[in-house]
Amino acid sequence: MEAKERMQIPRQKMPEQDPKARGKNFDEVPFGYSEETAIREAQRCLKCKKPSCVAGCPVEIDIPGFISLIEGGDFIGAARKIKETNALPAVCGRVCPQEEQCEVKCILAKKGDPVAIGRLERFVADYERNAGKVQVPKIAVSTGKKIAVVGSGPAGLTVAGTLRLLGHDVTVFEALHKTGGVLVYGIPEFRLPKAIVEAEVNYLKEMGVKFVTNYVIGKIRTVDTILSEYDAVFLGTGAGLPLFLGVPGENLNGVYSANEYLTRSNLMKAYLFPKYDTPIVRGKNVAVIGGGNVAMDSARTALRLGADNSYIIYRRSLDEMPARKEEVHHAEEEGIQFHILTNPVAFIGDENNWVREIECQKQELGEPDDSGRRRPVPVKGSEFRIPVDTVVVAIGNSPNPLVPATTPGLDTGRKGNIVANEETGLTSRDGVYAGGDIVTGAATVILAMGAGRKAAQAMHAYVMNGKKE
Amino acid sequence: MAKIVKKERLSADLVRMVLEAREIAETRKAGQFIVLRINEQGERIPLTIADADAKTGTVTIIFQEVGKSTRLLGSMGQGDDILDLAGPLGKPTHIENFGTAVCVGGGVGVAPMFPITEALKEAGNKVITIIGSRTKDLLILEDEMKAVSDRLLVMTDDGTYGQKGFVTQALEEIIKSGEKVDIVVAIGPVVMMRAVSEVTRPYKIPTVVSLNSIMVDATGMCGGCRVSVGGKSKFACVEGPEFDGHQVDFKELMMRQKTYMKQEHESLECFLNQALKK
Ligand SMILES: Cc1cc2nc3c(=O)[nH]c(=O)nc-3n(C[C@H](O)[C@H](O)[C@H](O)COP(=O)(O)OP(=O)(O)OC[C@H]3O[C@@H](n4cnc5c(N)ncnc54)[C@H](O)[C@@H]3O)c2cc1C
Ligand code: SF4
Ligand code: FES
Repeated sequence: MEAKERMQIPRQKMPEQDPKARGKNFDEVPFGYSEETAIREAQRCLKCKKPSCVAGCPVEIDIPGFISLIEGGDFIGAARKIKETNALPAVCGRVCPQEEQCEVKCILAKKGDPVAIGRLERFVADYERNAGKVQVPKIAVSTGKKIAVVGSGPAGLTVAGTLRLLGHDVTVFEALHKTGGVLVYGIPEFRLPKAIVEAEVNYLKEMGVKFVTNYVIGKIRTVDTILSEYDAVFLGTGAGLPLFLGVPGENLNGVYSANEYLTRSNLMKAYLFPKYDTPIVRGKNVAVIGGGNVAMDSARTALRLGADNSYIIYRRSLDEMPARKEEVHHAEEEGIQFHILTNPVAFIGDENNWVREIECQKQELGEPDDSGRRRPVPVKGSEFRIPVDTVVVAIGNSPNPLVPATTPGLDTGRKGNIVANEETGLTSRDGVYAGGDIVTGAATVILAMGAGRKAAQAMHAYVMNGKKE
Repeated sequence: MAKIVKKERLSADLVRMVLEAREIAETRKAGQFIVLRINEQGERIPLTIADADAKTGTVTIIFQEVGKSTRLLGSMGQGDDILDLAGPLGKPTHIENFGTAVCVGGGVGVAPMFPITEALKEAGNKVITIIGSRTKDLLILEDEMKAVSDRLLVMTDDGTYGQKGFVTQALEEIIKSGEKVDIVVAIGPVVMMRAVSEVTRPYKIPTVVSLNSIMVDATGMCGGCRVSVGGKSKFACVEGPEFDGHQVDFKELMMRQKTYMKQEHESLECFLNQALKK
């Protein structure tokens, strides 16, 4: 096919549930490509000699490579190609911000729409899984080395998979009763079905990775006691500590952190209450504070739990919102109401301690701040109130302090994050590596996986020849 | 998975269970708790460790059957498995030889009070223990408490056993008698812990209370357990569960505990209806 011909094919749409209908259920929003649309989309790719998209991918997937295989109808081959560098394509195809990574760099994006790399990635991963063609790879002969991984989020899972493949004996310790980290407790079912995360974990189990759940490192055992039994440890404990605004009324009933709201709904399945035992407040007027993915997920969850009004309250403008464009778009379609350039200054409750109103203040954008985004400045006399019965505070998380606090000699940064070498993940302690949100602060799935890959390689070198990298 | 090794009923709605949990039994300290989840549909229930035996590898929990989950748990028996068990969680009680310690346990709160009383005694304190309940049948662990205390006082609201009155009355009498009390630890219903803190406040006696706020993960990840202590928000599961009773906002805690009252009723009704059908 000629390049010209390829460039005439429009970017293929992915069918989705109708916005009205989906606002009432927890099923996944997009349905994914069919084989035909996937091939059609794959035909749009120019298979560039020096593909700029690959440089945009934190784990450098051979993008033109896997897309060529799709074009030729070899979907299983395409899935395996991706898995050479990315163990969780079904997850990444769904939650990666492709519009800031590979797709934004696609040559086609200069003039029109980029190749839908994420949708294709998702398609082949789903195809392989649904066809029952997921193959357990050949594991290298046992090295006799024992590796402990703390935390089963994307960083920990990546380290576990990579090191197991190399023949190490790998055990993952997870504090919660389910494995997957944010993928199971944070990101909702309608964006990432839990069955997919479970399939990925089962795949690692089949490879021989051991999982120990309900095991809080720093409580039942310390990193030091683990080190006496294992040759190296990876810390992937995530950014699990929710931040609050520190304004009056934050401890009123009905005020949640996003972590609690989403954990109740996703991990504990409170949306299926009373079939499942964990309750959640099903508010009619729900306000979510924040502008990231976590805020979008919370507002859309509130809608599905039966809210008449689900608001996003964000202190900057739509342009500054850190959430993925696709998620903001989905939220708007579903009827989430945006109060931008608005900052909550107090929560007001009734005599029974239940939240009833939010006092807000309008903002205007001033000079850029440290983050490069224009700083919101309060507008005097612009106070107004929004009636609410539920509030979800989604203004970010900081690193989980449990492990650093119980590991002497483990250096941490200003925000409590573990300090680790960017290339190797090595911390200030011999044999102790770290990566993912615990090092960078709340970031993305793919960055956590990238850090996991690098750390796994360094850990391999370290346990095999004592080399400190 | 944790096996129920032993189950016994202490009173009409109080149950003692011994669970297989070797590592928790070996590492737990006084004042710490576990979280359990009965089955796949279950919620995460925090329960203080009432006792543990490192030799047999077991931990003991004592709970009152109130809502659906505790009733379901109470309906399980020896040999049954509990799906998930995590622990030990929370900060251990700060134990040292303070001098004279008064341990106050009310209702089912006597259970978590036991390991703390035992540890305070072992650390060399003179331990005066006050336990209380509404009525005689609801009083638990009298013998166990006696064994680890220098003096034991028993109070019942209705006077069916021990002295008639509240635990706070006994505490006030001890203080007024001129006994130099160096520390008071109180565990029980929130109203009781608040009352104890009010008794000791004028005397400036350090008073430790153990807060049972609503929890989900109990690892510091959700903030659902937050309580106001000295005007600051604290996560009870990781920064507690024990706090300075003179600083705790008990009123807020009591109201927060009622967050899911409606849902708890609904859940219990469903459960009882199902039990009826069977
Ligand atoms: C609601 C929400 C939506 C998001 N949406 C997106 C998105 O669309 N796209 C995207 O790329 N990113 C998204 N993110 C961010 C992304 O999920 C994280 O950056 C990523 O999961 C970090 O991975 P991790 O492995 O470092 O940590 P986590 O996923 O946080 O996993 C850490 C694990 O360690 C466990 N742990 C913690 N302490 C201990 C301990 N002491 N002992 C044992 N185990 C412990 C935790 O229980 C947890 O399971 C989202 C995050 C949230 C909260
Ligand atoms: S840059 Fe775009 S067209 Fe080029 S290989 Fe990557 S996806 Fe294909
Ligand atoms: S219970 Fe979630 S932070 Fe304490």
